Amino acid sequence: MRFRQVIFGIIAVVLLAVIGGYAWTWRPALAAISANQKPAADKQAVRLGAELAAIGNCADCHTTIGGTPYAGGRAIPTPFGTIYASNLTPDPETGIGTWSEEAFRRAMRDGVDREGRQLYPAFPYDHFTKATDADIHALYVFLMSKAPVKNSIPANQLDFPFNYRPIVAGWKVLFLREASLEPDPGKSAEWNRGRYLVEGLGHCGACHTPRNALGAERRNSAYAGGVAEGWNAPPLNAASLAAHRWTVDQLAEYLSTGWHKLHGAAAGPMADVAKNLGQASDGDVRAIATYIASLSQQPRTANNVPPTPRDNFVKNVSPEVAAIYAGACANCHNDRNDVGPSKAVSLGFSTAVRQADPSNTVRVIMHGIHAYQTNGGPYMPAFDGILTDRQIISLAQYVRARYTDQPEWTDVKKEIDKARREGVRP
Amino acid sequence: MTITLKVNGKSHEIDTDASTPLLYVLRNDLGLHGPKFGCGLGQCGACTVQVGGRAMFSCIMPIAAIGGREITTVEGLLENGKPNKVQQAFIDEQAAQCGYCIAGMVMRAQSLLQTNPKPTEAEIRQHMRPNLCRCGTHAAILRAVKRAAAA
Repeated sequence: MRFRQVIFGIIAVVLLAVIGGYAWTWRPALAAISANQKPAADKQAVRLGAELAAIGNCADCHTTIGGTPYAGGRAIPTPFGTIYASNLTPDPETGIGTWSEEAFRRAMRDGVDREGRQLYPAFPYDHFTKATDADIHALYVFLMSKAPVKNSIPANQLDFPFNYRPIVAGWKVLFLREASLEPDPGKSAEWNRGRYLVEGLGHCGACHTPRNALGAERRNSAYAGGVAEGWNAPPLNAASLAAHRWTVDQLAEYLSTGWHKLHGAAAGPMADVAKNLGQASDGDVRAIATYIASLSQQPRTANNVPPTPRDNFVKNVSPEVAAIYAGACANCHNDRNDVGPSKAVSLGFSTAVRQADPSNTVRVIMHGIHAYQTNGGPYMPAFDGILTDRQIISLAQYVRARYTDQPEWTDVKKEIDKARREGVRP
Repeated sequence: MTITLKVNGKSHEIDTDASTPLLYVLRNDLGLHGPKFGCGLGQCGACTVQVGGRAMFSCIMPIAAIGGREITTVEGLLENGKPNKVQQAFIDEQAAQCGYCIAGMVMRAQSLLQTNPKPTEAEIRQHMRPNLCRCGTHAAILRAVKRAAAA
């Protein structure tokens, strides 16, 4: 008797949870628009939308290598499986051609597509939700002005239970805060503009903030450093490892060109970010730089001496690694204050060499830096193959010992194998 | 310091600083003038040779890094004193303008065809990308690689 009651109780609770959960996660489909309801390609809105899309790095995820920009299909690896980026061109069947502005705004703010399906937060609507109506309008007009591309996107390959979309609604309860940013009256207009762009469309925290087990950014560790496509996205807060403390001027130059003489090159996914910010207005890049620089500002105290570049001139190394460094690296990384055509800076300035794990150092040695091909930026040849794995390991440890006060890395070989598996994005 | 290098099938004892780029040893010590000095930064490909069967920039490769790997230069591709099929294809397509990049191009193409005898056009373009030709004969170079693949 009692047993039966318990069973009934459980069934009732489960049923209620399923029905309630379904009702609560359900979102209506919004009406499809026809081709003649597309917004007029207002030139000013298209231009603003293009700039905002560059700040938002939309094309980085929504384009395959060699594919048409915004036509989607790029595989985005996540800890829960692979997600394929949507087609953002206005193709009615495979893109967003039937989306009204209301549907687009709902996707950006609430993470729900036109048909009412939950969108995975690999699409960073936790940031885009802060964008203003005017900016979302410009982005919408810009995307709808593109030539439609028919490109069917492969189905996501997610592990159970993440392949069940309604589960995303639960994630949103925990982690999505749909609120616009109120300007901070104590700060400059430039700082507030920068904060709006960084926290919103720029979604810098998506890489530079660590994530929890459910893939959400850990709010109390904002900008403490995260992971991006296998690369270490360094901290932007007071824990910054930069050998020269970032100033607004330095950041503005670095963000719009991908390079600064006191910091070196933007590499990995950051190279694409810098390429995109080169398309944004100087004013917006400067605003972003103003806000980012403020994140790492801190009063100078006895315990908080700004870091400085160092060169320990380590002598106790194998003749082989010393010769490899001299012959393969020092020609460009020559430790003098001039940079040659490769724009190589002293490795004493490098954040990668100071990081706790060798992921960035290993990836740069193996795959090089190829920004010169796209924006005349810095260049470094790929040494994978020129150097054996054993040589790459000893070289990485050599620059670590010479240019930092940090202990030897562990498991460099594991990182080499991982970088090789993940491949290189040209 | 003495280092043993196996170049085009022959062993050589080289007595020089271990940080010396392979290119300098090939040209200055061994008199092999096929590989060229272009940029010295591993950016143009004029210095390309094969090390352990793979195409590499010899200008940024210190001889300390070579270990036991065998080296092949464009001179080593000759078969019985005659151009091999890749070299012959470059000649037949008249792929050279000034010719400075061609030895590197031939070596880059050779390593492609060794691992992928029937490459697609996209694969050829991707593989040849590290090597530059300032005269702009890329179209002829692409034809030469395709001709070599078909030969």
